[in-house]
Amino acid sequence: MSVKTLKIDGKDVAAEEGTMLLQAAQDAGIQIPTLCFLAGLTPAAACRMCLVEVEGSHKLLPACVTEVAEGMVVQTHTPKLQGFRRMNVELLFAEGNHVCAVCVANGNCELQDLAIALGMDHSRFPYRFPDRHVDISHDQFGIDHNRCVLCTRCVRVCDEIEGAHVWDVAQRGEHCFIVSGLHQPWGEVDACTSCGKCVDACPTGAIFRKGSTIGEKERDRAKLEFLVTAREKHQWTR
Amino acid sequence: MPALSPQAPPDRLTQHPSSPQDSATCDRHYKTLDTTLKRNHYQPDALIEVLHKAQESFGYLEDEVLLYIARQLKQPLSRVYGVASFYHLFSLKPSGIHNCVVCLGTACYVKGARQILDRLELELAIKVGETTSDGQISLLSARCLGACGLAPAAVFDGEVGGKLTAEDALARLQALTIND
Ligand code: SF4
Ligand code: SF4
Ligand code: FES
Ligand code: FES
Repeated sequence: MSVKTLKIDGKDVAAEEGTMLLQAAQDAGIQIPTLCFLAGLTPAAACRMCLVEVEGSHKLLPACVTEVAEGMVVQTHTPKLQGFRRMNVELLFAEGNHVCAVCVANGNCELQDLAIALGMDHSRFPYRFPDRHVDISHDQFGIDHNRCVLCTRCVRVCDEIEGAHVWDVAQRGEHCFIVSGLHQPWGEVDACTSCGKCVDACPTGAIFRKGSTIGEKERDRAKLEFLVTAREKHQWTR
Repeated sequence: MPALSPQAPPDRLTQHPSSPQDSATCDRHYKTLDTTLKRNHYQPDALIEVLHKAQESFGYLEDEVLLYIARQLKQPLSRVYGVASFYHLFSLKPSGIHNCVVCLGTACYVKGARQILDRLELELAIKVGETTSDGQISLLSARCLGACGLAPAAVFDGEVGGKLTAEDALARLQALTIND
């Protein structure tokens, strides 16, 4: 395995060939904002939060799916990038119905965290107020599509780690939504094992445990990491 | 077209809905579907082709058919639904006896296709993707029919009409239902 040397934010970094920029930066102590990325799952590159500037490329590249290359010069936090990130979060807020004050994930939400980190206090875009529904047919969990940012983490965790593939993305464009089974109520999808991995994977309050109220959502992210390590490396660390 | 944004899902997935068609026709449709499945060796990557065939024979993709396809290809239900609902060409609801596809491709759009569609929606009292309550006409839209020289264009029961005005389009629709 050959090693590539590159520069991230002026720092010299060495990373194994095939490593993604996101990982290489993290190993060098540089945190690039992400939303759809979840360690252990196939990257979807759906959210574009992690876009970085690479010298010689006129396009911004998503760090979660861009491999390191010899001599690469990368900028991760320029004002331009931060501006785009902020706009990205504003668009996400305007697209769905994110009412933090009544959300189970208030104070424990990756979308909210991003907004705070980027200094976003309001959205410059008109809110769409889409007509979305809540499905509480499952006896333990619920999904509130109003809070969904379509990161597809639930789709991937259920498919790749649990193996049940309960979820997928239905429709296209602005009408996209996360669907269970053949557009059945979640509680009627036989494939669901009620493992709760999608609750842990969801960055917002869209998928939650029933009975939890405002600000009460907890996630056991470490459990997902434990399962991924066990699966990939045959090491049981818990 | 199927439900837009996440609408409330159907009450339950009827495993054996009473089919609008009689069972003999239905059996024949399933036979056609089986032939396509077999020809593709039940490969998951044949999903789109199989959906095409199903849409062609059944007219639309009802839950029961999607379920059958998912089982035959051994694919997750949500993936099959995801693919079927992604493409404009597939319809998850029964379509009308007649259909009208208005092109909203760039050339047609520039030539006023949107206004034609608005007018048709108004006159038929349905939105694009829907079927009139009497089951007569389904109104659809497409992105470029490949007849840009005829812009604005629309297809009435498979027949292309070009250089249309809203009045032309309405007249063509009326002609369709009168010739029954
Ligand atoms: S609870 Fe587990 S099996 Fe059910 S949808 Fe969530 S991840 Fe999939
Ligand atoms: S439900 Fe949650 S995990 Fe799934 S796509 Fe929406 S925000 Fe992402
Ligand atoms: S984290 Fe890279 S695109 Fe979402
Ligand atoms: S844009 Fe309508 S036919 Fe090409």
